[in-house]
Parts: sequence; structure tokens; C-alpha cells
Amino acid sequence: MGRPARADERVAAVGLWRRLLVKPELGSLIGAVVILAFFSAQSQVFRSLSGIANWLDVASTLGIMAVAVALLMIGGHFDLSAGVLTGTTALTVGIVAVRFGQNIWVAIAVAGVLALAIGALNGWLVTRTGLPSFIITLATFLMLQGLNLGLTKLFTGTVQVRGIAEAPGYHSAELVLASTFSVFGQQFRIAVVWWLLATAVATYVLLRTRFGNWVFATGGDEVASRNVGVPAARTTITLFMTTAAAAWLVGSITAVRLTSVQANTGTGQELIYIVAAVIGGCLLTGGFGSAIGAALGALVFGMTQQGIVYLRWDADWFYFFLGAMLLLAVLSNRAVRRYAEAARR
Amino acid sequence: MSTAANTAATGAPLLELRDIGKDFGSVIALDGISTTVRAGQVTCVLGDNGAGKSTLIKVLSGVHRPTRGELLLDGAPVRFSAPREALDAGIATVYQDLAMIPLMAIWRNFFLGSEPTTGWGPFRRFDSATAKDVTRRELAAMGIDVRDVDQPVGTLSGGERQSVAIARAVHFGARVLILDEPTSALGVKQAGVVLRYIAQARDQGLGVVFITHNPHHAHPVGDRFLLLNRGRSLGDFAKGEVSREELTTMMAGGDELTQLAEELGREPRS
Repeated sequence: MGRPARADERVAAVGLWRRLLVKPELGSLIGAVVILAFFSAQSQVFRSLSGIANWLDVASTLGIMAVAVALLMIGGHFDLSAGVLTGTTALTVGIVAVRFGQNIWVAIAVAGVLALAIGALNGWLVTRTGLPSFIITLATFLMLQGLNLGLTKLFTGTVQVRGIAEAPGYHSAELVLASTFSVFGQQFRIAVVWWLLATAVATYVLLRTRFGNWVFATGGDEVASRNVGVPAARTTITLFMTTAAAAWLVGSITAVRLTSVQANTGTGQELIYIVAAVIGGCLLTGGFGSAIGAALGALVFGMTQQGIVYLRWDADWFYFFLGAMLLLAVLSNRAVRRYAEAARR
Repeated sequence: MSTAANTAATGAPLLELRDIGKDFGSVIALDGISTTVRAGQVTCVLGDNGAGKSTLIKVLSGVHRPTRGELLLDGAPVRFSAPREALDAGIATVYQDLAMIPLMAIWRNFFLGSEPTTGWGPFRRFDSATAKDVTRRELAAMGIDVRDVDQPVGTLSGGERQSVAIARAVHFGARVLILDEPTSALGVKQAGVVLRYIAQARDQGLGVVFITHNPHHAHPVGDRFLLLNRGRSLGDFAKGEVSREELTTMMAGGDELTQLAEELGREPRS
């Protein structure tokens, strides 16, 4: 096409190195490779097929959430209620299926409507009040935590819902949400497929659709994007509903796989989703990040958690490692961003 | 002045303001503002800080609704309730903070809010190939030399960002281009570059509203001058009716400037 030759000469001067560095997922990719190499060298179980299936399983449900949370963070917001919402949806599936004797698919649909409503409420409150999403979702987090315990006790008399396997339609639900598939004779959890699917869809939406452009813009500068006609409020609400939908998927997977759900399921996970997204290159200030990076962040988390077990180290060290990785990720994100932005020659 | 601008000047004004006023609670931010914006002409809005320039832009671009007065587009009264409506009517605003996202690539910024799409149904996607190509061509047409449309806007200089924003507005069919202090944060050379793009937009037949507090930037490029002070109009002049010195004096409140000059002039001696 008619591109000026002069501009092309200058493009070459930008260099491959900088082009790589401005990719948000680079840090998490390096981190994942280093951790994979480290634990694989140390532990035979870790590098075996069953080991891989194990740490992929840990990474998968976490990864589905991390990808959704990453989209929300790129859009400039946090969702502290995301973790406890996986518990809310799992409990809803259990209570509707067991206490009310409904088909499990009906229960899953009810949980879905509930989750989307909570996500929409979060988004509506944030856009309407202009308060930081941190504080709004902290409030919904606490309320949901109370509701999860209170309503579970009210319906079951205990702090757990059990017997989901007896619900009508369970086998088809198990096939979709909790079955395994075989690769080289090793059983892998179907959740891994959901995780990869979520990452692929999120990446496509983020980089190849109008909505993705709006997500980056809303997170980068909300006022500026509204001024050029981006529907910022709608984008934000959609992102909160996306996180809620991810929590619904993970909650349903949890309920169907475990067949019994504790009332405190998911509590405390919300920060881990954010950690995975940040390791994956998301800026806390919004406007920058990647879904693939968040998926890799979840992988780093899964590998570290299982790797420490396989090496028979004290599990207490896990959180130290996680904290150190987070610090490293935040520092390198900042450095990369400055390097990419500042020097232009 | 170009002949195109002369013929355009005889027709009905693109945009006309009649006694526009805007209150925020008990604060009267604007009152009794009238001027015209014609195709192929530059209307300069001059005023010191707090004169109401920003409020006026926001009224024109649909961010605020005027409390009083009328806005006429091609002679017909209009009311904008959202920036989008003003944009659709052909009024594009290049804000002081540019409405560009520093971390996003130039081509993503260029089409922000008006992304071209390809495909259908759920597979409708942002046509990035077209977007990059158009961005490259439009910038080249304005004589803007960016090295790579993939680089983040944050890596551009202030003048380059202004120029990209102007090119964007022109591309999206703006008939009225509102520029909010485009030269205020720039050095002499960069400001000159931006003034040249303003002249270029004017020669393409756009009506330009150029907001500034610098009469030295306004006078060479302007065809009409609206002076604001504390939310009120000090006058609406055609080019021949006012000199650069008069503009400067009026903007600074006349006597205040003379007084200041005396005050400052005396100091070294004492």
C-alpha cells in the first residue's frame, strides 16, 4: 500500500528488543519458564505426566478467574468479591439442586442469573457512585461472605451442601464441567480446556474487537475515552459481569466436581486472582495488561504450589515465594512500562 | 486569506452562538456569549485563566447543556445532551488533555470510539489492518511524521499528539473543529507546527474554534476574535477590527497590564 518508505526506515530502528519488552506478558512468560525449569530439574514427579496434570489442574480454575480479573483490571477496576462469588454460585447450585430437588442444569442456570445480577450490581454501583471499585467490592465481598454462611445454615442446618451427585442431570453436567480427558494415557481435567478457551476468547476480545479497545481506553483514561464517545459505564458494567460469569463457571465446576460445597468456598481467593493478573503484566492503575499473561500468572501459581509439595518443602514457604514473585513482577512491569514509553530513539 | 475561505464566509455560519449562558448552582460561569463560526475560518476564543473558555468548549461539544441562549447549527437550533451527539453533528473537540490514552498505540487511539469493524454477528471484529493503514495515510496527508503507528501515544511529543488529534478529527468528518489551548504547553517551534495544522484544517474548509490565552498565537491565524473575561464577553471582533496589541491589552484587563508594567519597570531601580 501507499506507506512512505521513510517511515519504514524508522520502524526498523525501534528494534525487536523493545517490541518484545512492551508486550505485557513477557515477564510472566520468563517467570513461568524459569519456574518450570527449576522444579522440573529438582523433582521427577513434577515433570512426569501425572505431575503436569496435577499442576495444570490447580492452575486451571484459578486461571479462568485470573483471565476475567485481568480484563477488569485493564479496564481500571478491582473485584474483591470475585473469590467469594465462586462460593456463592457453587452453594446456589448445591442448594437449588439438593434442597429444592431441581435438575442440576436448572440449578446452574439460577446460579448464573444470580452471578450476573451481582456483577451488574457491582458495576452499576461503581459507575454510578464513582467510588473506588476496591471499596464497593469489599462491601459486596463481606455481604456475600455473610450470606453464604447464613443462607447455607438456613437451608441445610450445617455449613456445607452435600449430595449434589444425586441431583437429576448430574451426569451430563459432570461430563461438561468435571470430566477428564486422556492425553498420552494421562487423565487431564476438563477444566484445563475451559481455562484455555477462556484465555483464547479473552485475548481475542481484548485485541481484536471494539469492546477490547474500549476496555484499554476506559482503564487508561476514563474521562478522555468518554469524551471521544466510548461508552465507559457500559464497558465497566460488562467487565464486572464478565468476572461474575467466570465466577459462575468456576463455582459450577467446583460444585459438580466435589459434589459437596463448604460455605466458605472461594473466600480469600480474590487476592490470588489479582496476584496472577499482576504477575501476568497488568498494571494496578489500569489500561495495560494481557489475558495470556494472566493465564501464565495462574500457571506460575499452580506450578509453585505443587512444586513445593513435590519437593517436600514446608508449604509455609509457598506464600513467601508468591510474595517475592509479586514484588518482582510489579517492579519489572513498572520498569518495562517506563522504558517503552520514555525513550523513543 | 484564501479565496475558498472568502466565498465560504459569505454563506450562513456553520455554528452560531446567541446569548449563551451557563450556571453551576449559584455560580454564573458564562453569560451572554455570542459569536459565529464559519466554514474556512478560524474563530479565536481568548481569555485569561478562569474566563470561561473551558465551560464554553464543554457547551459546544455537548458535555454541558447551556442554561440560557441558543446554539445554531447551519441556522437551525440544536441541543446536545451527550458528546456523541455533537460529534455526530460534525463538531469535533480536541481537548487540552487530548482525549488520547498514552499507553495505547497511535492507531488504536486514532479510531477510539469509532472503530471500523469487519465480519458479521458475533465475529464482528475491529478491522486493525484498515485502522493502521488509514492512520498512516491520514497522518502523512497532514504532513505528520510518526515513525510507527504501533507505538504508544505516550512516546509522542506534545506537538505530535496535538497534530494526531487534529488529523483524527479531520478524518472523522468534522465540520467544526474545536481546539482547547492546543499551543499552551508547547515550545515556540512546536506551537508553530500546530498553528500550521490549524491553517491547513481551515484551508480544507473546516470551521475552527481556537481557544487560547495567547494573542500572539491567535492573531496571525484568526478571522474572528471572541474575548472572554470572568464568564462575560468583552467583544466579538472581525480580523480587521482589532490589532494584536489591542487584543493583548483587553485580555489582560487593560489598566491592570499598564499598572503591572510600571510596577515591574520600577523595581530594578529601587
